[in-house]
Amino acid sequence: MKLEPTPSQTVGPFFHYALLDEDQSKLVASDHPSVTRIKGTMRDGAGEVVPDAMLEIWQANAAGRYAHPEDDREDLPLEDDFSGFGRCPTDAEGRYEFVTIKPGVVPGPEGRPQAPHILVSIFARGLLKQLVTRIYFPDEEAANAADPLLSSIEDHALRSTLVASATSDGSLRFDLHLQGEDQTAFFDV
Amino acid sequence: MVQQQKGEIGGYRRDTESHPPYLYPDYKSTRLRAPEKPLVISPHTLSEVTGPVYGHGLIGELDNDLTRQHEGEPLGERIIVTGRVLDGDGRPVRNSLIEVWQANAAGRYVHQGDRHPAPLDPNFTGAGRYLTDDEGRYRFVTVKPGAYPWKNHDNAWRPAHIHFSLFGPAFATRLVTQMYFPGDPLFDHDPIFQSVRDPKARQRLVSSFDLETTEPEWALGYRFDIVLRGRDATPMENHR
Repeated sequence: MKLEPTPSQTVGPFFHYALLDEDQSKLVASDHPSVTRIKGTMRDGAGEVVPDAMLEIWQANAAGRYAHPEDDREDLPLEDDFSGFGRCPTDAEGRYEFVTIKPGVVPGPEGRPQAPHILVSIFARGLLKQLVTRIYFPDEEAANAADPLLSSIEDHALRSTLVASATSDGSLRFDLHLQGEDQTAFFDV
Repeated sequence: MVQQQKGEIGGYRRDTESHPPYLYPDYKSTRLRAPEKPLVISPHTLSEVTGPVYGHGLIGELDNDLTRQHEGEPLGERIIVTGRVLDGDGRPVRNSLIEVWQANAAGRYVHQGDRHPAPLDPNFTGAGRYLTDDEGRYRFVTVKPGAYPWKNHDNAWRPAHIHFSLFGPAFATRLVTQMYFPGDPLFDHDPIFQSVRDPKARQRLVSSFDLETTEPEWALGYRFDIVLRGRDATPMENHR
């Protein structure tokens, strides 16, 4: 029996009290030895900040294993206290911040490894369905160059929107542009 | 069925036709937020076929009864909303988090951004959670939300709706949607509802009145089944 899917609708502007009643932006403690802070600002096509969005991230642990039954590579460790999932609203200035760790390499199509990456879903008023993008890491030049998905994007400028940049305070910066010249690469998943 | 090679993964079916486009100019907020560059086709790798196993520790006993979260009972028409969460092949989606939120009976959200001059109800927050059971079933008790005005266009009103957020088994099955009530006179005037272009797909957003769910002397029942994406049995996406 084939069933047609229920269509997506926008999350609207009034979700915070239901979806974000607890802070879920910290996947690890701030003093974790390999903590990585990822932050950025979301902007719309007019360059205005987007103050009413929600980001969700999904990632493997440092060993490259997902905390999910389908990742049954038991030779790789799982940590009880790392779910790989986070949620964060944008604030009045369009900013978000996740506290997490860098994931390991995970397998990709035809057994080719994928460079360390974090999946991102964006929900907001004006988005009739979520936008999906990926965060890659600036210190993984060789792995990024060999990554099957990154290297499938021919437009160099578009591809480079997926790689976070290092900042002087040790955090990573990953800004999001929903539209325009600098638009972030979004995926059809 | 094709034998799956180690490291190959059956992806989820793409079902673009059922969903609204990103850009639907009648819904004004899409104009500056819809991406303009073509989407990059992503294969379904281990990253997309896994997903958050989330919410299992969060659920409290009264989280699916929105009428019992405060000292008194909320005003409005008490209703029961129930249904099943299925995948595109008709299999139940089990033990999976559903989050809901809605306006109160007067059409007002408990949200500081909601400026509609309708009363808040001290006995109603309008947020709930539930984990689907082994048949994919869920059940909420709440009050019927009111319609409310918004500023999209002149004299714009949203039809009564309840927001639903679902995870399903994978990152690729994540769905946020809205459930509507049958026969709402505002359907034809609502660009968010109309953004789903296929009329049959649009109807899948509308619950149905259900006498079996209705409890005598207590509450009307509405049924709303939700279908998440189906999955290919064979490793298709990896061979694109």
